[in-house]
Amino acid sequence: MNYIFNIGRYWLFMKQLVARPEKFSIYWKQLVRELDNFGYGSMGIVALTSVFMGAVITIQTVYNLVSPLVPMTAVGIVARDSIILEFSPTMMSLVLAGKIGSSIASEIGTMRVTEQIDALEIMGINSSAYLVLPKIVAAMLIFPFVVIISMFLGIAGGWIAGVGAGVISSEIYIRGIQDSFVPYNVTFALIKTVTFAYIITTVSSFYGYYTEGGALEVGQSSTKAVVYSSILILVFDYILTQLLLT
Amino acid sequence: MIEVKNISKSFNGRPVLENISMQFDKGKTNLVIGGSGSGKTVLMKCMVGLLEVDAGEIVYDGNNFSSLSFKERKPFRQDIGMLFQGGALFDSLNVEKNIMFPLNMFTNMTLEEKRERVNFCLQRVNLVNVNQLTPSEISGGMKKRVAIARAIAPNPKYLFCDEPNSGLDPKTSIVIDNLIKEITEEYNITTIVNTHDMNSVIEIGDKIVFLFQGKKEWEGTADDILKTEHRELNDFIFASKLAKALKKQS
Ligand SMILES: Nc1ncnc2c1ncn2[C@@H]1O[C@H](COP(=O)(O)OP(=O)(O)OP(=O)(O)O)[C@@H](O)[C@H]1O
Ligand SMILES: [Mg+2]
Repeated sequence: MNYIFNIGRYWLFMKQLVARPEKFSIYWKQLVRELDNFGYGSMGIVALTSVFMGAVITIQTVYNLVSPLVPMTAVGIVARDSIILEFSPTMMSLVLAGKIGSSIASEIGTMRVTEQIDALEIMGINSSAYLVLPKIVAAMLIFPFVVIISMFLGIAGGWIAGVGAGVISSEIYIRGIQDSFVPYNVTFALIKTVTFAYIITTVSSFYGYYTEGGALEVGQSSTKAVVYSSILILVFDYILTQLLLT
Repeated sequence: MIEVKNISKSFNGRPVLENISMQFDKGKTNLVIGGSGSGKTVLMKCMVGLLEVDAGEIVYDGNNFSSLSFKERKPFRQDIGMLFQGGALFDSLNVEKNIMFPLNMFTNMTLEEKRERVNFCLQRVNLVNVNQLTPSEISGGMKKRVAIARAIAPNPKYLFCDEPNSGLDPKTSIVIDNLIKEITEEYNITTIVNTHDMNSVIEIGDKIVFLFQGKKEWEGTADDILKTEHRELNDFIFASKLAKALKKQS
């Protein structure tokens, strides 16, 4: 019952975002702020996770590659494809859901419980659009760049780990990552990323916007934001893979 | 002048306001008093359109506000200033930008003019040199004053204050009360103040309305209120020992 209520409310919330447009100028500053916040602000964690993820994938692939029939270039191919297809878009989105989702929900939730949203409404501002639209647009614009950087760093991390540990030579790894490259995989990854950006920002904003009560409820909203964004990311990861890769 | 005509409001079937009618005059400080949970905030939010009434009308100087859509209410919003119970300053903006916010929304002033207006409003609430501080860097009383400055910045015709002096020391309370009354008279504003502070009632109340469990139980002036025989109102105003002692003396 509660689920159905929330789904209905979510769609009404989405409708509200576009129902009462304001003058564009008031969104601009917000957009720039969010671009900086989502892009530059998440570089640290993204770089860290990407490098380690690439390293682990590479070492694991080498470890599993026991058959002498499979050439060592397979390591580069496997690392590249798993990073591009799944790890960078999906895992980075999960990481960002934790980082950005919780901050969106607690920011908007705090504004709700301290009546700042009422203060916006009283000035005739469509508070949901004003607070949420710039976040959605910023995330959909900047996440693809973040994910592309993550792909590079992941592949580089694989090289560092593989070559550093002496389990694969630099030349073979590089030949591997150049071998039978499918550009469509990157397109597919970016489609996923944009979808996940939309999920993270709207779901988190939704839980923040409908917070009722006080500080405790703000905390609960931010937990819910992360949990439900993550679940939806996994579900849509599966759906999009079915739709676009088969 | 604002007229409230037979409004009712309930949440999930639980009535919070029942058939309330009242009238607030221009240039007067109108007080709505009542215990915690009596419905003061809900009434105020209904009046400014943050909550929709279930029945009845809110009329601003002859214009039926409650029947208008969000868009149609826009011209009225410029004339409405509201001070929220907790101040509701925007955390991400400094004091100056907070006060400028409604000016950006409603006016085409240049940055210079806006700065001037901000400084004027800050002076009006007895604050100087706080322009660049963020809300987290100023005290509770200062927040209230900045919030008043923000509310009066666009020259509102109607000023709503939800418990302007809750959480303030008695002296600052009186300063803020007097400030509200002064502004009201100086700019001929229709002002409505929610409070449960008896000092305010005696100090600044031109007209007083008493809410009890969502109903309007009494209305009158500050002089009337001390002589009232109304039981719940008496219990409310003479709740403290100090007030009882004063009553005996007089
Ligand atoms: N959004 C809401 N949903 C459900 N009930 C509400 C809501 N807002 C207020 N109420 C209920 O309405 C009643 C009146 O609340 P209101 O906030 O108007 O009281 P108040 O007179 O302002 O009290 P206080 O002096 O403590 O601020 C309370 O019982 C409250 O529980
Ligand atoms: Mg209240």
